[in-house]
Amino acid sequence: MLPASAKVPHKPSRRQSISMGRGTRKRDEDSGTEVGEGTDEWTQSKATVRPPDQLELTDAELKEEFTRILTANNPHAPQNIVTYSFKEGTYKLIGFVNQLAVHFSQVGNLIPKDSDEGRRQHYRDELVAGSQESAKVVISETENLEEDEEPKELEAEAGSQTDVPAAGAAEKVTEELITPVQPKERMLTNKFNFSERASQTFNHRLRDRECQMEPPPRTNFSATANQWEIYDAYVEELEKQEKTKEKEKTKTPVAKKTGKMAMRKLMSVESQSDDITKVSQAAKIVERMVNQNTYDDIAQDFKYYEDAADEYRDQEGTLLPLWKFQNDKAKRLAVTALCWNPKYRDLFAVGHGSYDFMKQSRGMLLLYSMKNPSFPEYIFSSESGIMCLDMHVDHPYLVVVGHYDGNVAIYNLKKPHSQPSFRSSAKSGKHTEPVWQVKWQKDDMDQNLNFFSVSSDGRIVSWTIVKSELVHTDVIKLKVEGSTMEVSEGLQLHTMGCGTAFDFHKEIDYMFLVGTEEGKIYKCSKSYSSQFLDTYDAHNMAVDAVSWNPFHTKVFMSCSSDWTVKIWDHTIKTPMFIYDLNSAVGDVAWAPYSSTVFAAVTTDGKAHVFDLAINKYEAICNQPVVAKKKNKITHVQFNPIHPIIIVGDDRGHVTCLKLSPNLRKMPKEKKGQEVQKGPAVEIAKLDKLLNLVREVKTKT
Amino acid sequence: MAEVEETLKRIQSHKGVIGNMVVNAEGIPIRTTLDNSTTVQYAGLLHQLTTKARSTVRDIDPQNDLTFLRIRSKKHEIMVAPDKEYLLIVIQNPCE
Repeated sequence: MLPASAKVPHKPSRRQSISMGRGTRKRDEDSGTEVGEGTDEWTQSKATVRPPDQLELTDAELKEEFTRILTANNPHAPQNIVTYSFKEGTYKLIGFVNQLAVHFSQVGNLIPKDSDEGRRQHYRDELVAGSQESAKVVISETENLEEDEEPKELEAEAGSQTDVPAAGAAEKVTEELITPVQPKERMLTNKFNFSERASQTFNHRLRDRECQMEPPPRTNFSATANQWEIYDAYVEELEKQEKTKEKEKTKTPVAKKTGKMAMRKLMSVESQSDDITKVSQAAKIVERMVNQNTYDDIAQDFKYYEDAADEYRDQEGTLLPLWKFQNDKAKRLAVTALCWNPKYRDLFAVGHGSYDFMKQSRGMLLLYSMKNPSFPEYIFSSESGIMCLDMHVDHPYLVVVGHYDGNVAIYNLKKPHSQPSFRSSAKSGKHTEPVWQVKWQKDDMDQNLNFFSVSSDGRIVSWTIVKSELVHTDVIKLKVEGSTMEVSEGLQLHTMGCGTAFDFHKEIDYMFLVGTEEGKIYKCSKSYSSQFLDTYDAHNMAVDAVSWNPFHTKVFMSCSSDWTVKIWDHTIKTPMFIYDLNSAVGDVAWAPYSSTVFAAVTTDGKAHVFDLAINKYEAICNQPVVAKKKNKITHVQFNPIHPIIIVGDDRGHVTCLKLSPNLRKMPKEKKGQEVQKGPAVEIAKLDKLLNLVREVKTKT
Repeated sequence: MAEVEETLKRIQSHKGVIGNMVVNAEGIPIRTTLDNSTTVQYAGLLHQLTTKARSTVRDIDPQNDLTFLRIRSKKHEIMVAPDKEYLLIVIQNPCE
């Protein structure tokens, strides 16, 4: 662009450049590239400086006037456009060249009111009214549209050239669209007049937020996973499951609560107390070990020693003393009862009391184990002397005890308090005389435990534990036969016999024998309370013990203070065998392994062992057992499985003795035959003997 | 609790018993009748031995368990009765 009026006449050469030829064009370019003269003016002084290449002209030439004409011609427009004419085959000069120079063009968004689009918008605005006027406008539009075509051609360069074809297209579109429903037009708003509208939402500033936790505390854990650790885990799991099952089964929630309370109490007590209590089991074991060491030789004897000398002793045997059980607390008390535990064969119970009528004091119940001879396993004490005891076969932890004062009591070994679980009293029918014997019976029909007791007051009483109470029933009252006295008004007074011993038949449940102080033995039945099944005139003095044979159902044995031991067949009124032992016999017991062996102990401190199969008339063993002569032996019991007997004396000592082999002989079978064992053999053996005796008797 | 104390007293007064001690599961003696250094020595050594013995027994048959351990030497016999948490050790001279 050349600044037209800004030129100073002192540089006319420039003006001439317009009409000059090529040379001036160069200058145009040169001058065009110069920096604007304005800068020259202020940086330099106003002194005019002649450029070196300035055309030098004479003054006359300088003053020459030139006329200038201002035309509307576009200086940039080409002056000589030539086109090739195919018709003539030459180039032809176009006379008229378009002189229009577009300085600036901008597409705007203003639409003239009268234009096609304008009208359309206007028309749309009036759609709200929705009247017929719109229809008129439509008609007028179509007329105008045709007129508008021409002026639009002139606008070709002013507006966008696309308008022309657009207008044409728009016509058709509008024609089409005007006839259909009005709302549709809305969709085509500005279809081709697209404008983009962009907006930018706020970009939230990004922020890094970190947090670090404390690392979880770590500990080192190490364990072994052996086979047995796995097994232990399983066992624990099983126990837990069983416990939960049991808890579900417990009915009342109250019971649970009390259980929990008890548990909590236990827990708190345990945590407070010294942990020594947990060593109790180990302490017990160690005590036994220590004892085993001390009494090592005895233990060895017990297990292995068999008296070899028995071969030389002609059918006689000996009793080897083993352990001696004694306790300081029971030192002055006589052993009044002995019983082996039916389940634990090394455990036996000793009842302490006194046989002396004048000196009655307290009583004790001690349970010893052969594994620990120095101290009893269980200790119970009572006010009155214990005269008898028995252990239940099915519940080996229940021990029933009869006292000198006529009471009976039951001790539960599972709860080793000093007090018995059940106790009779004067109200609940205790005996008025010492209880001489007690025996457990089978559970009755209601599954209640029951036992019998016999006493000097002549009553045989059956006791039942019903709902944790002791209920008694008189079974039989022992009347002395022939002693009924007529008292005034027709009352009959009977003298009561005094029972001192009884035994129940092993197989015939209801039958039992009672021995009395008068020396008679009555065979009774549980069902008949007034009559005896049979009476035997057994002894001259009180009967101390009666006992059925463990194998033979008909045979029983009795012993008495009249120095005799008698063996009976209960169908025959007279005894089969009578043995005189030269001293009052305290107790007699059958051996559990043979139907013909039995032992008797006398007050002179001797123990006698008989084997009817070997010697019908004499004892095969006759041995003083206790040290001091004044020591009377009061009771004897065979161990059910081991070849030992325990003997109690009236000093409170219990001695354990081993039977030598001769005393345990099984009948020799003829060669070639098998050695037969079992109850049938025993019965047969005894039968043979009895038959012999009977034959002898019938003969005499 | 008194029962256990009594039992331990009885053991101590038994013929030939030299001393006894109760050791807990970690091998630390809880009570003893011997002097400190001996106790500590016995406790440490026997604890390890008992663990080994028990492990042996149970590895062979997991349903089995160690009841007690006896070590008889020339001079005396050491008896160890292990429990779930404790160990009872008694030293006895059996020949006396």
